[in-house]
Formats: sequence, C-alpha cells, structure tokens
Amino acid sequence: MSVDTQTVKKVARLARIKVSDADAERMTGELNAILGFVEQLDEVNIDGVEPMTSVVEQTMKKRKDGVTDGGYASDITANAPASEDNFFMVPKVVE
Amino acid sequence: MTDLTRLTIAEAREGLKNKDYTSSELTEAFLTNIEAANGALNAYVAVTADKAREMARASDEKLARGEGGALEGIPLGIKDLFATRGVHTQACSHILDGFKPVYESTVTSNLWADGAVMLGKLNMDEFAMGSSNETSYYGNVVNPWRKEGSNAALVPGGSSGGSAAAVAARLCMGATATDTGGSIRQPAALTGTVGIKPTYGRCSRWGIVAFASSLDQAGPIAHTVRDSAILLKSMASVDAKDTTSVEIDVPDYEAAIGKPVKGLKIGIPKEYRVDNMPAEIEELWQKGIAWLKDAGAEIVDISLPHTKYALPAYYIVAPAEASSNLARYDGVRYGLRVPGKDIVEMYENTRAAGFGAEVQRRILIGTYVLSAGYYDAYYLKAQKVRTLIKRDFDLAWENGVDAILTPTTPDAAFAPGEITDPVTMYLNDIFTVTVNMAGLPGISIPAGLNKSGLPLGLQLIGKPFDEATLFQVGSVIEEAAGSFVAETWWT
Repeated sequence: MSVDTQTVKKVARLARIKVSDADAERMTGELNAILGFVEQLDEVNIDGVEPMTSVVEQTMKKRKDGVTDGGYASDITANAPASEDNFFMVPKVVE
Repeated sequence: MTDLTRLTIAEAREGLKNKDYTSSELTEAFLTNIEAANGALNAYVAVTADKAREMARASDEKLARGEGGALEGIPLGIKDLFATRGVHTQACSHILDGFKPVYESTVTSNLWADGAVMLGKLNMDEFAMGSSNETSYYGNVVNPWRKEGSNAALVPGGSSGGSAAAVAARLCMGATATDTGGSIRQPAALTGTVGIKPTYGRCSRWGIVAFASSLDQAGPIAHTVRDSAILLKSMASVDAKDTTSVEIDVPDYEAAIGKPVKGLKIGIPKEYRVDNMPAEIEELWQKGIAWLKDAGAEIVDISLPHTKYALPAYYIVAPAEASSNLARYDGVRYGLRVPGKDIVEMYENTRAAGFGAEVQRRILIGTYVLSAGYYDAYYLKAQKVRTLIKRDFDLAWENGVDAILTPTTPDAAFAPGEITDPVTMYLNDIFTVTVNMAGLPGISIPAGLNKSGLPLGLQLIGKPFDEATLFQVGSVIEEAAGSFVAETWWT
C-alpha cells in the first residue's frame, strides 16, 4: 500500500499538523518508504495468532472508583500558555 | 588528589561513607567537568548547579551522621524525558517550551529518596524518537569518542545520547535513560558504557513523557555493570500510579555480580547475523561466546525466526502509540502556542511549529495506520507479529536457555548527517528492538573497540524480571573485555 499527496494532507489534517504543499510532497516519499519497509509483514503467517495486548501476563490493576487526588487547579494550569482564574484560555470555539 | 570524576558509583559510595571526600566535593568536580565540556559535547540541556550543591550539602549532613540512602551524595544526570519538579522538562522538543512540571516522576523520586544528587537534564532525541541524537531541538550531542587520528564529530547514538555521552565523558557518575526500541542500549554501545533496559513493568512510567506506552521503559546508563545494578535497584519500584507496574519485589541486583556462570545456558540466535554486518561485529560476538564458554557457561545455538519482522512491526506499533500520546500537545495546556484564525488552526500551527520533522513523520504514520480501514491491515497485524516475536523467546526459555548473547548494534558510531534516510536510521535498532517488542530485559556491555578505535557493545537478553542473571553474566563479559575510556579532547 502507498499513499499519495492528497492522503498525506488528509492524514496531516487528522493529526492537526499544518503542512504546506512542499511538505506534503516530501512527506509522501518518506511515508511511502516506511510503508514499503513495513510491508515485509505480509510474509508472516498470522492465521490464528492472537494480537498482543500486554507483554506481561497480569490482569489490569483496578481500584475503587473514587476521588483520590486533586484540589490543585492552579498547579494544573501553571504551565498553560494562557489561563485565567485557573481556566485554560483558548480562542472562541462557539459563536 | 585523585580525580573524583573517575570513580565508579560503587567506589564513591565507599569513599563517601569513609569520609575520604564529601558529596559537595564530588558534585563540584562534576560541575567543573560539565562547564568545561558541555560547549563541545552538548550533553546537558539544563545544568542545575544550585540545586546540585544544595542536595550535596544535605547529603553531606546525613553522611556526617552516618546516615543516608543507597545513593547518598552520588551526582547523577537525568534524561530530559523525566518530569523533575520546577526544572526544565521538555523531552528536548520545541513544543514543550518553558514546561516546568509541578510534580516529580516516580523514578527520579526514588533516586532522590535514596540520596542521589541531580546535576541537570540531559539532551536526547526529540520525544525519544531517533537513534543518533540529531532530532533534539537543542542540537546534536557529540560523542566523546572519535576515530583514531580524526577530529571529526560522531553521534553518541540515541535517543539517550546525552545520557550516554555524559557518562562516557565523566559529566555525571550515572544517568537515567529510557528505551523504547533500543534508546538505552544503542547509545551505551556507541559510547563504551553499560546500559540496561529492564523488563517492561519494572520501572514506573509515571512522570516520564510518553512515547509508545507499551514499549517505553526507564533504565540506567553507567560505567560498570555493578553501577548499573546499583542504579536500577533504586530506580525500580512497584508503583500504584502506573497500572503496568508489576507487583514483584525489587531484588538486590548487586548480589548477582560475581556469582559463577558455570552451567548457565547461553543462547546464540542465528538470526542476528545480518547482511552487510562488519566482520568486526561477528568477531566481537565470537569473543563474547569464548569468554562465557571459558567461564563455564554452556553455549547453545537457538533460533528466533521472527527476528527480522520486529523492526517493521515496531514501526507500526510505536508510531501508532506515539500519535495517540502526542495528541495532548495542542497549545492549550502547556508549552508552545502559535495562534491561528480559529482553535483548529491554532492546533495545526502549534503542532507544525512545535514538532520536528522526525516526530511529525511518526505522528503521520501512526495516524495513518490507525485510521479507519487500515487498522486491521497494519496495527492488528503488527500486534499479532508481536505475539510471534515473544513466542520465539518463550520457546528459548522453555528449552532451558538462561540468557541470549547478541551484538548490541550492527556497527559503531557514525558521523552526524551520514544517515539521512529514515529507514536506514531505523536499522540501528535491529538487534535491540526485539527486546522491547517482547517486553524483556536487555543489557549492553562494552566489549571491545573496532579498527578505528570506536567502542562496540554486546547485548544480553534475559527472561522477564530476571535482570539479576544479566548482571551476573554481564560482569563476566566486563571482566574479560576490560573497560574503555574516551580520550579527553574537549578541554
């Protein structure tokens, strides 16, 4: 399988990365080289093989559903590029 | 007076306890080295001199009272991937500009609880994506090693290139590092240092900037097998904050060093002989086999038939997980924000400006293989291949193999700019990536120099949670090979 420049632009849009036409052109070649490389996997017989979900055989640890942490909103917003009264500030989303 | 920066952690531990010198003196010696070398090597992206002096003073007070933890007063460098409270933590990415966490990673918390001193944050490939430390926003790290008779710079490997270079150049006694596809072991091999990636689940991932969560593991880079055992003992823990942290007590790894290896079965996988591998790598491997045989180990040929598929499967799984993990960098909660006409354009502008080329490449690959219609063909298939890779290893363990010996890398350090094709760069991890895919522990030990005088490493792969055997067998290789010190050309 390979991708064309249109697909690269679409994927970049999905990934929320702005790409120029020149970037998309360059990336198409690079992505196709990588996709070509991973095509080797087609040689492997995977019939009846379970996909790996965890390298360690252990059941997922669970805890009681309850509040165990929190109460420091100012810490959470401390690194925000823009914040006010412990809220993250973003450009207007709803008109 | 002896050069304090030449000491191993084990030696300094004794010296500090015996009051031969103080942690403040030790720390000062490293700060002096950093100041002299960092301009040339670029191993540190932030030096926390004041904090280091303060921590050293506190350690000296404890040591004076005959108290202190397992690493009391030992100066360490920390990879920029670990969250350190109030200190530069940016995964060497532009997108995390100015980020100073208000929390501390579990691994570094463990180190400070044991008395270690932080010298600063170490350079790395951006988001740990790279094998040469050329993708860092903070510029290349220069390998302390150079070819004999040459002044040309070489890469230290990656992604923990700053960690490996800092240890090799005596800019810290040991360093934290992380390994997703080889990022501890490959730079260790390229700089003549020891690096161990423990079993997945051994070190908590809490507070480590995530790259590929099912593969990421923290581990140390140090001068000796013993030093890496000392560091891993402190770094590893069972942590409720990481659901993949495994509830097994951390053993005393040092106790394994010096135990005879007589009767241990060492597997030699034929699939690790690859095309175009330099003869020197094969010779080094044979030497390693001979050393272990001389020490009484039993050498057996084994087969790991799915080895060649580990790297292609990795380049589906790792980018897929990375594309999800890196979705959080949106210019809202931390780091860089580049404005746009609306919020979506702000995301797009921020991520275009904030991520470097390699990171963007991997996010796009990951987004593509996870996108509707392609999930089964790529991601699901890769996870099935991963099951087969792990099964190969399981079979070896079932047949009584105690550890597996391979070369760490297909070649020695190369020049910056020498490898520009992404896929060729990925091939650097061909011998290390299988270990991540199967979640196993792996250690790289300096084993010799190539004909240009550059270090080469041998890798030992172990059973899950059997790091102890790697230290045990690794110390035999270390003893036979001797140690390798880069010539100090940077001062």
